[in-house]
Amino acid sequence: MSSRGSPSCFPEARRVAIFGGTHGNEMSGVTLVNMWIKNRAEIERSGLTARPFITNPRAVEKCSRYIDTDLNRAFTPENLSTPSGDGLPYEVQRAKEINQIFGPKGSPDAYDVIFDLHNTTSNMGSTLILESSTDHFNLQMVQYIKKAMAPESCMVLLNEHPHLKYSTSRSVSKHPIGLEVGPQPQGVLRSNIFESMRAIMKHALDFIELFNSGVEFPACSVEVFRVHERMDYPRDTNGNITAMVHPHLQDCDWEPLNPGDPMFQTFDGRTILYEGVSPVYPTFINEAAYYEKQQAFVTTRRETLAANSIRKTST
Amino acid sequence: MDRERLLHLRNKEDVVKLPALERVAVCGGTHGNELSGVYLVRERLKKRRKSEVMEPVTVVTVMSNPRAVHRCVRYTETDLNRCFTDAMLSFSVSDQTPFEIIRAQELNSQLGPKGSDQATDLICDLHNTTANMGLCLITYSDCDWICLHICKHLQREMATIPVRYIHYDFPPAEAYSLDSVGKHGFAMEIGPQPHGLIRSNIFTAMQEAVQLMLDWVRLFNSGSEFEGGWVDVYSLVKNIDYPRDPQTHIITAAVHPDLQDRDFCLLHPGDAMFLSFSGESVRYKGKEPLYPFFINESSYYEKGVALFLARRRRVEIPSIQSSRT
Repeated sequence: MSSRGSPSCFPEARRVAIFGGTHGNEMSGVTLVNMWIKNRAEIERSGLTARPFITNPRAVEKCSRYIDTDLNRAFTPENLSTPSGDGLPYEVQRAKEINQIFGPKGSPDAYDVIFDLHNTTSNMGSTLILESSTDHFNLQMVQYIKKAMAPESCMVLLNEHPHLKYSTSRSVSKHPIGLEVGPQPQGVLRSNIFESMRAIMKHALDFIELFNSGVEFPACSVEVFRVHERMDYPRDTNGNITAMVHPHLQDCDWEPLNPGDPMFQTFDGRTILYEGVSPVYPTFINEAAYYEKQQAFVTTRRETLAANSIRKTST
Repeated sequence: MDRERLLHLRNKEDVVKLPALERVAVCGGTHGNELSGVYLVRERLKKRRKSEVMEPVTVVTVMSNPRAVHRCVRYTETDLNRCFTDAMLSFSVSDQTPFEIIRAQELNSQLGPKGSDQATDLICDLHNTTANMGLCLITYSDCDWICLHICKHLQREMATIPVRYIHYDFPPAEAYSLDSVGKHGFAMEIGPQPHGLIRSNIFTAMQEAVQLMLDWVRLFNSGSEFEGGWVDVYSLVKNIDYPRDPQTHIITAAVHPDLQDRDFCLLHPGDAMFLSFSGESVRYKGKEPLYPFFINESSYYEKGVALFLARRRRVEIPSIQSSRT
């Protein structure tokens, strides 16, 4: 590994938030955050404050993904600057409040790090989601977490796609990280999934504590899966799906999908093949919440990113 | 001599004659986010099978809760599949009455009336569960020979999924689900599948099971004799809720990893049931080993149920034949 010269310096990450219930029926995050609100001992670290926070309490109360609109798509510049009023969808109002407390997005006053806890019905295992390939603090953090979680696998999904990237609740912070653990049905709490997410958070907070104490993390490589294309179900003129994820693709998140491989199966048993030009790595295969977003799965390309060495800014 | 051979030695008079099943209903979308049934019904309706008369049976295909299906939710105001008790079916409706209660009465007119001679002969109501239950026929009787024989037929013919028979001991007036409207009926419950999505293997299994059931009905109606035997019946004894905080009522433990996905594996006194968030195991304190099912069904959290427990016993079933012949 060639030297990258002097390390990238970042200020201490003192203000950290842990979001749960951004989708009210994704139970690991809801449960963990409620637990930590009651008793913060497990998330206490020297040199930082980790604030647990339920982002969408009405959706949590109802055990539904959202009330009016998806909170995790609501943090657009338009929404955040729109004037408050009674007519606003609940989640847009909520996005503005969250931006006030933990942002403002893009400003020096924004929280340093926000972890947003999610579950998926897809067989993705433990996944960390990044929004930038050039945030070396985040790259080093995910690499630390991956090593700490081993031999349990922990994948890194990078969504930097110009059209498919979306405005997440965590994006109000300087260093946003999504935690996505599955498979788990909506509204269900599975013990193994809960404990995996809890372990990821433990390692993440350990990393920040180490970083804040002055530890320098050397340059390293990080394997990521970069979002490439959204694939929808075949649909009829009424918009209803006419095929299901093929049994050979179901549950095969992160495994290569080659041109000519089965992709969908129609209700009368016919196979539809993947007709891309090169192998891709599908993920978010058969996520229940994405039927309405016209997504059966997303394809990714595997990439190795170079993370600069990092240390905290000396004062 | 064992029981099987004794049965075989009985003469023809021991065949129980039952009326043919002239009208059968296949219902889906009773819970709007249980998608195998929703799509099965949609496909059947698309192929113009709204009402299919194929000698010797008429099959009616029904989307039970179209509003809930449209929104992909279990129900819009109240659980439709709890609205079929005698009391709720005779409830006086007004503008304020929840949609599902009104819809239940409509379905009772169409497929019932419950308890009457005009009622549909057999109702098969399609459901999914997040629990690892394979395929289960759930009904209120442990001596309905039609339902038990259909179960035996599916067990024999289905290779890819276990098939079991569950019995809820409720008298007809208190039977609350759609399937109780028919003279015979059951919920066909298949899992595991998260709500709001469709898994191809689960859909295919349900499609196969419905076809096998209809094939059986046609054979029965044509006069075939179905040899008796036995079926293991799981009878509901009780349910167990999650440990909860006494003040907030929020759950304080998850189904234990040793129990998760182990539906129909015998649970013994002292076995782990829940794992609290602080790491303690909560154990089964009953005196009798019982069979758990509906372990960690998402829609039962709000009903205060983490799992059900059942006794299993072998039920002997006679040979049957339709009384037309």
